[in-house]
Amino acid sequence: MAGWIIALVVVGVIVLLGIIFFSMYNGLVGLRNQVKNAWAQIDVQLKRRYDLIPNLVETVKGYAKHEREVFENVTKARNLAQAGASSDTATRGQLEGNLGSALSRLLVVAEAYPDLKANKNFLALQEELTSTENRISFSRQFYNDTVLRYNNKTQMFPSVLIAGMTGFKAETFFEITVPEEKLAPKVSFN
Amino acid sequence: MWDQIKSNRMRSAVLVMFMCLLLLGLGYVIGLFFLDSIIGGLAIAAVIWAVMSLVAFFQGDNILLSIAGARKVSKSDDPQLYNIVEEMTIASGLPKMPDVYIVNDKALNAFATGRNPEKAAVTVTSGLRAALNRDELQGVVAHEIGHIKNRDVLLMTITSVMLGAIVIISWYATRVMFLTGGGRSNNNRNSAGPQAILMIIGLVLMILAPLFAQLIYFAISRKREYLADASAALYTRYPEGLASALEKLGSSVTPVKAANKATAPMYIINPFAKRNAINSWMSTHPPIADRARILRSMSGSSLADYENAYGRTHDGKHILPKSERV
Repeated sequence: MAGWIIALVVVGVIVLLGIIFFSMYNGLVGLRNQVKNAWAQIDVQLKRRYDLIPNLVETVKGYAKHEREVFENVTKARNLAQAGASSDTATRGQLEGNLGSALSRLLVVAEAYPDLKANKNFLALQEELTSTENRISFSRQFYNDTVLRYNNKTQMFPSVLIAGMTGFKAETFFEITVPEEKLAPKVSFN
Repeated sequence: MWDQIKSNRMRSAVLVMFMCLLLLGLGYVIGLFFLDSIIGGLAIAAVIWAVMSLVAFFQGDNILLSIAGARKVSKSDDPQLYNIVEEMTIASGLPKMPDVYIVNDKALNAFATGRNPEKAAVTVTSGLRAALNRDELQGVVAHEIGHIKNRDVLLMTITSVMLGAIVIISWYATRVMFLTGGGRSNNNRNSAGPQAILMIIGLVLMILAPLFAQLIYFAISRKREYLADASAALYTRYPEGLASALEKLGSSVTPVKAANKATAPMYIINPFAKRNAINSWMSTHPPIADRARILRSMSGSSLADYENAYGRTHDGKHILPKSERV
């Protein structure tokens, strides 16, 4: 009789441990998938920005022909960022940061042309660009929040045990680094 | 975020149960007075509630949108509004972008509909669209997306249907009672004394049930408004946008034409022109000045920052669940 009870208790404990193990494992898989999804969303928004730039440059060019350097910088930064789309997170953050600051310089230049600012096409593009910049930062924000939750799970007890056994590694946050952000944009008036 | 939604569900569930008890009590009284069968009364209450719930669950958003006279907006109609809704979808991590609707109304207001995040819609009035700048509009849309993300729309639908059922049942029951002088039980007057007392208790319950139900409904609504404000700050990372929008909304006095008592909690601010300056039992929404003040005294934009700001402006009281007060 006592033997039966012990056997039942042992089986019960094993089953319980198994349930805890699998629910934690599934939780980790779910979070890792969320991280992947959030990253894909950033990608979508960065592509949106690449697609927008040629159009924007063309429109501004029509009114501000002399600002060749600014256009070249934007186009160069865009092509570099697009080419580096498969590099690691840190490099990507730097390339996108460069593109962002080149773009904001273009918009500062555009401020000097009243005709351009009244152009309907330009206004529509400006809204699209504002929205795209917002989308990039919101998707980055959501990605980083998700990574934080995932990393916490992979590093905290007790899920750290399961994460260690089954190979869940911490993910990197996505930071867009803008080296010249603190400097005022250079505008030439010649 | 998950813990918070769970714990909110618990508190709301308790309030919904109270409403459920009210509804059943009403059915009981009706069964006692009109049918000589308690089961029959309970069944009537349950059937009315179930039918209304089914209609609201599957058609509620369509009904609400068509009563309000809302028309769907595509990207080409209003690129900025559409963009903002899409941005907030990204920021909140909703699986699908909600549909966007505009109501032709000079009043400044907005509401969210849809039984789940996959089938949701955000509606703003044309007055609101014209009066707010981009940041303010973003705050309002973020608040509505917060309602969708926190599953408030479903909760408010369930409770408003229950409120509606209670109002309808007690309305008819009291009319019938006055007309017939107390229903069938009058026929056997063997036990006139206890019967009369029961009658009075029943009548009081019938008259008070809609009032109690409304108070519960409003209590649920006020809690959800604070939470949606906190979510909006979290998504936009810019509490000032919503704060300034709320002030603009509060200073306009045009009432929303298509709003009524049952749909009032769906709106971002109370849709009737007369608004309470204090947080009373009878209000659907917390006072606007209070909401703006909390948003403005946030030191950051996280849910914990909102909780702290609420505490600072309300003598250390709490508003969000414990799991978010880190």
